[in-house]
Amino acid sequence: MAKGIKVRAKEKGGVVTVKALISHPMETGGRKDKKTGKKIPAHFIQEVKVTHKGKDALTAHWSGGVSKNPYLSVKVKDGKKGDTVGIAWVDNKGESDSVEAKVK
Amino acid sequence: MTIKRRTFMKGTLAGSAIGVAVGAGLLTPRAVLAAWPKQAFESKSTADALKALHGSAEAASSGDITVKAPDIAENGAVVPITISTTLGDLKSISIIAEKNPVPLVATYDMGSTAEGYISMRIKMGKTSNVMAVVNSGGKLFEAKKEVKVTIGGCGG
Repeated sequence: MAKGIKVRAKEKGGVVTVKALISHPMETGGRKDKKTGKKIPAHFIQEVKVTHKGKDALTAHWSGGVSKNPYLSVKVKDGKKGDTVGIAWVDNKGESDSVEAKVK
Repeated sequence: MTIKRRTFMKGTLAGSAIGVAVGAGLLTPRAVLAAWPKQAFESKSTADALKALHGSAEAASSGDITVKAPDIAENGAVVPITISTTLGDLKSISIIAEKNPVPLVATYDMGSTAEGYISMRIKMGKTSNVMAVVNSGGKLFEAKKEVKVTIGGCGG
């Protein structure tokens, strides 16, 4: 289980609803550290890929305007229970994480 | 940081602007760097962001797009937004907070099996419209909803 992504995928009527919660500071680069007064450098997820049965379902391009510890829910067609769903992200520092889950 | 070393050794990247950024620690896999719409995410206005993303800022108002967002956001740092659309031939969905320092918050490239549905949480600096721009078959459509923000969430 990847450290920073919780994902659930449920199928109903052939549509899979994917819900993901990603742990990430999502710093815009504009916030100042209250103690030092220095700007906290930008550190945010730039790209998120959602895959279904190994194929790209959608690709998200994000800015620092996405809330900290991002929540994302999307829906994918032509799904069945037991299918594999994947979430992967890459941030502006080159850090990344990914996880897979089975559709329930 | 093996990628950093390899890059410097290659020399070709090191001299360029990308090489400087890579050397400075803003390390990003090249594929992501190329795909991330930098100009759109640096645009200071909705029109510029849309032009950078789609080549045009002309979007027709559409009743087939629903923007679900709170009337009043208690905390501007976490505003839940749900965009849904029944428009077909979906290419992309973009989410803009018009008065944010960077209006374009997110944009989604939709694959052929993706439904027109995005639910997420965004930061809003102040009361403004949240706009969803949908590219359906190459044409742009939009819908918006005003969200009042009591405590701004963009930082500081």
